Amino acid sequence: MNRRSVLASLVLPLVASLAIGAGAQAANPKLKIGFVGVTSGPAAAWGISNVRSMQARAVWLNEIGGVKIGGKTYDIEIVTFDDQKDPKRAIAGMEKMAQEGIRYVVGPNVDDGAAAVRPVAEQNGIIYFPYAFPKALYSPPASNAVLGMVASYQSGPAIYKHLKENKGVKTIAFISANESDPLSQRADGIAAAKALGLKIVSDSVTYQVDTTDFTPVITPVIRTNPDLLVLSGVAPANAPQIIRSARELGFKGLISTETAQDATVLMEGAGKLADGFISVGGASTPEIASDAMKEFVARYTKMFGEYNDESNTKVYALEYIIETLKANPAAIDDVKAFKKTMDTFSAPNPYMKGDAKLKYVGSSSFGQRRQIAVPLVVNEFRGGKFETLFVAEVD
Amino acid sequence: MEQVLANGVYLGAQYALIALGLTLIFALMNVLNFAHGQLYVLGGFVTYTIYGQLGLPYVVALLASAVSLAIVGAALQGFLFGPVIRRSQREESTMLLAAGIAFLLDAVILLLFGEKQRGVPKIVDGVLNWDFRVIMPYDRILICALAIAFVAAFILYMQYSRTGRALRALAQDRIAAELMGVDVSRYSMIGFALGAMLAGIVGGLLVTITGVNLGMGGPTSIKAFLMVMIGGAGVISGAIAGGFILGMMESIGLSVLSQYGDVTYLVIFASLMVFLAIRPQGLMGKPWG
Repeated sequence: MNRRSVLASLVLPLVASLAIGAGAQAANPKLKIGFVGVTSGPAAAWGISNVRSMQARAVWLNEIGGVKIGGKTYDIEIVTFDDQKDPKRAIAGMEKMAQEGIRYVVGPNVDDGAAAVRPVAEQNGIIYFPYAFPKALYSPPASNAVLGMVASYQSGPAIYKHLKENKGVKTIAFISANESDPLSQRADGIAAAKALGLKIVSDSVTYQVDTTDFTPVITPVIRTNPDLLVLSGVAPANAPQIIRSARELGFKGLISTETAQDATVLMEGAGKLADGFISVGGASTPEIASDAMKEFVARYTKMFGEYNDESNTKVYALEYIIETLKANPAAIDDVKAFKKTMDTFSAPNPYMKGDAKLKYVGSSSFGQRRQIAVPLVVNEFRGGKFETLFVAEVD
Repeated sequence: MEQVLANGVYLGAQYALIALGLTLIFALMNVLNFAHGQLYVLGGFVTYTIYGQLGLPYVVALLASAVSLAIVGAALQGFLFGPVIRRSQREESTMLLAAGIAFLLDAVILLLFGEKQRGVPKIVDGVLNWDFRVIMPYDRILICALAIAFVAAFILYMQYSRTGRALRALAQDRIAAELMGVDVSRYSMIGFALGAMLAGIVGGLLVTITGVNLGMGGPTSIKAFLMVMIGGAGVISGAIAGGFILGMMESIGLSVLSQYGDVTYLVIFASLMVFLAIRPQGLMGKPWG
């Protein structure tokens, strides 16, 4: 090696590192937002729609120069952790977020995971946005969890009431997976049905979460011939199979669920047999979607190849975190400031037409504002897509 | 009761076909293939892509599932299990390898086919309704018949073909088979390919009924092991018996025990523990291996 090449080998890396350093100085500081939830297995669609919504929105925000919070502009970085729907892994995920100094986390997606991470979140000063329904997570003395969607005990009564008044439903049956979320949603559904004076004809049949053939499971329920069959907390992977089995066994009544579903999955799995299936939709419809929502859908589809209707709801959590931090920049490192701001926070809702607002709700269900306000959209599946049955608001 | 029995026969036929591939691989190579469920899922996704997405005839898709999984099986044997078996005498080496392959296949399937539940158009429309005593969609009847036909074809192939005889010889005594001129490495690869092909065929058959998703692999493997344990590890007839017994137990349990909640598999597992305590080699297995 001659002197020139030795010099070049010493100088070039130095110049390169200086250039990279200068580039790094020019970039915005990162604001890390976490995700801990399920992105593998039968319920993967729930968590993946979260992650992809956050990533699509983060890329979009970073493209337009970042987010200005208290005079400083940040790029958004999404840090994800797959808890595999296992509470132990959810705890590990939340601990990872704490180690990385992340204050705001979206998820977990299910009840036991959300309950399991509570001590970690509270000890480490993390605000988290679960998609789980236990009231204890959101009611005092708990204060770090913010429900990221409409709960089954809020949507269930609205759906049953609508079907009782408009479709003449008098008898109802429930079927659920044998795990905590669906069972608690079934209990909420039974209570709501009783309160409405509906006759419950079957409420004991459950199935293993990894069931692949539902015909033997659902046969005893179909024999009770209910007006309405409720699939409590059904995972998107299971809904088309249960619907198909029920219809093939000759069930003519209505079928509904309080969880969000995916139109493509329903069409592929059950086809026309899924026509008339009622579910809670993503928090948007063509009638209420703003241009920003349409652009979000287009960007998401471009990034990931296929849109998920659930992301109409899942897009909101990150938006609430960022807008609340904008409203009170001190909250960027201080979740107490965040909590204080939640009581009075209000900002324009970019995803809805008109003068809709982002605001924290939940006073009537939890005794404090620990739920994000998203529209309750109830859909009916027909001809391969969801049609809006009705839209409501929740507090 | 007729409906319960019909459901049991249908479940049993598909379970038997799943268990056959697993038990074949175990018999030939003493490998507990924890990735068998993932091979089944992969077979389902191949049929989904060719029949559901590309719109080609179902027969072509089923054939593609069988062939592609046979190639995957041969590759797994040739590049992974074969070398590990040659280099390591410890059985846990192949078990760990199989578990690793299961995770790998899960990741590959997620990358290639995504996380969503996938389904394909029904291959036959209509429902058989026998006076409301037995209600069975025609596509289930067809899939059940095909599964039974594949089981029968497999037995005949193993019984009467030259390859089948070589595989059986290999399963009975590896060293004696080698001394009699059986090319062990070649037939090991054929056996593994055949086992994986059976998993692919079941995946291709069942995607028309239950659809397919990423998470099905693990639970399918567990059920397959259950059937093999009931029937006797490495015994073809045992796997078939185990499949039908499990299918019938599941169907009867889900009907009779439905009012007590999800206790069917609790009862099945408890019964299996008692059964294995009395007869650890399974129904048709030999106590000496």
